[in-house]
Amino acid sequence: MSAMQKMIGWIDDRFPLTVTWKAHLSEYYAPKNFNFWYFFGSLALLVLVNQIFTGIFLTMNYKPDTLLAFGSVEYIMRDVDWGWLIRYMHSVGASMFFVVVYLHMFRGLIYGSYRKPRELVWIFGMMIYLALMAEAFMGYLLPWGQMSFWGAQVIISLFGAIPVIGDALSTWIRGDFVVSDATLNRFFAFHVIAIPLVLLGLVVAHIIALHEVGSNNPEGIEIKKVKDPVTHIPLDGIPFHPYYTVKDIVGVVVFLMVFSAIIFFAPEMGGWFLEPDNFIPANPMKTPPHIVPLWYFTPFYALLRAVPNKLFGVIGMGAAVLIITFLPWLDRAKAKSIRYRGPIYKTFLTLFVISFVGLGYLGTKEPTPVHTAFARIFGTIYFAFFLLMPLYTSIEKTKPVPERIPE
Amino acid sequence: MKKLLIALLFAPLTVFASDEGAYLDKAPVNLSDYPSIQRGAKIFTNYCLSCHSAEYMRYNRMVDIGLTKEQIKKNLMFATDNVGSTMKIAMRPDDAKKWFGVPPPDLSVIARSRTPDWIYTYLRSFYLDDSRPTGWNNTVFANVGMPHVLWTLQGEQVLKKSGVDGSKPVFELVKQGKLTPVEYDATVGDLVNYLTWMSEPSKMKRLETGVYVLLFLGIFFILTYFLKKEFWKDVH
Repeated sequence: MSAMQKMIGWIDDRFPLTVTWKAHLSEYYAPKNFNFWYFFGSLALLVLVNQIFTGIFLTMNYKPDTLLAFGSVEYIMRDVDWGWLIRYMHSVGASMFFVVVYLHMFRGLIYGSYRKPRELVWIFGMMIYLALMAEAFMGYLLPWGQMSFWGAQVIISLFGAIPVIGDALSTWIRGDFVVSDATLNRFFAFHVIAIPLVLLGLVVAHIIALHEVGSNNPEGIEIKKVKDPVTHIPLDGIPFHPYYTVKDIVGVVVFLMVFSAIIFFAPEMGGWFLEPDNFIPANPMKTPPHIVPLWYFTPFYALLRAVPNKLFGVIGMGAAVLIITFLPWLDRAKAKSIRYRGPIYKTFLTLFVISFVGLGYLGTKEPTPVHTAFARIFGTIYFAFFLLMPLYTSIEKTKPVPERIPE
Repeated sequence: MKKLLIALLFAPLTVFASDEGAYLDKAPVNLSDYPSIQRGAKIFTNYCLSCHSAEYMRYNRMVDIGLTKEQIKKNLMFATDNVGSTMKIAMRPDDAKKWFGVPPPDLSVIARSRTPDWIYTYLRSFYLDDSRPTGWNNTVFANVGMPHVLWTLQGEQVLKKSGVDGSKPVFELVKQGKLTPVEYDATVGDLVNYLTWMSEPSKMKRLETGVYVLLFLGIFFILTYFLKKEFWKDVH
């Protein structure tokens, strides 16, 4: 036995090192037919690590104080060695997190990855999405620019629409009657420790749940149904390591090329990742003419504005996010993957994607009558996709799904 | 179908976020033109940096645009002797508010909030207006509290035709300044070039580093691609 084997043996007697390595990597059998859409899970993990790593270095120089916050960000951008790079990696990373997560969720949608037995994988995923939204929202207050301040002011005031307790609740969240130093300080605490802890725990739960049931694939076939009689290894499965580790590294490099291109050549992304108004220090006495959340919130923001009544707007916005959680029980089709589904589902899905992107676009625009009318149409389609799903998925005939993954 | 969906997903990213109404000229920004940025720095410290601060900008950062600390000290510093200090001003915000209506904003990152084109057009769009307390008005920023600080350079112009629906307004120069119109445009161009540089002094380094990072990733991609191919040879 080599010294290395001896050491691993010593550890294995005390800690399940080899067992864990095997269970989650070298003997975790993933379907062999993962395509482009399957890069975004590992990429989400990469961006999470990027956010934590750059975040740690940002907290070393950032000051959560209304008088110092804006200046401390500029200090990072100018006087801290490579501070500009760390800050852009973090700010671009935030937007890329949502790009990656939205694509990851879309993958789940088209291949039915939320379906039985992966309901808990999906629910943990939705909880990650919610935590991510909270994380992004609170992080956006920290640079203490005009959009940081007014965005937070608008969103927190939404809680005021709740009957009876609304006003007290928003005051409690802010810790003051307006967004102030107290708000900035507590958002800092939530952003750097509370939510990241929750997020990490949920990511672990998401992966454990996934590895318990096994990964879905573009065909929507359960590879565990057909196993080698002797080894009990799924015939269409390959070990995650080394096959998907080396494949994901290629995905990581391609992603890093896109990520770096944005960081180094367009960190503001034309105002989509860093808004021009956020280079003006927060001024509670001066409301900007046009308050817009960052792009990843705008679909829900458009829904909020499309409803004439504030309370129902808030409920609609919340429902739009939460309804995604119920997909496992709304979908009644026999086939999981879009590859075996009929034209009705495909039409609904296409309309849904157009509506979601359309709402996202409208959320960045002034609420003119035309825009509001479109937001209402898109909003109706958005909810129809979910609420009518039990109906259109049960009446539509699906193509027969094969036992094995086709060559 | 797949391609269409991807295109649709990214469609909103390609549309520019802001939609300003006023007509804007294109600012001649060139961050590799150090002499222009240096001339702009001189205009900035002489004309702007008494009402406006740039409190996140250190004087000694200007070594990045080819100046020595001695040159900075001798030619560009009037308020302090410490070359490492930031560009603060003596005017108190409370007084400024009394005099101008609003305190003049800090200009450290003004080119990032307003855009260079906006500043370039704004500084060339002051016209005489008796109805205003300062005697000046501006087509880009109507009823602005700031007077035309560069009037000795540009001279005095009146508004002949205001720009409606984003068209270019027409001015007429009624009193010649120290500079010809062409020279004045160039001077404002230098100043905007300086303001743009000052709003992100690390930008040139960012662009340069980016090229190396992408080159590295390009080579790394080839390695990882063939590594993947090698491993996947036996998967059927």
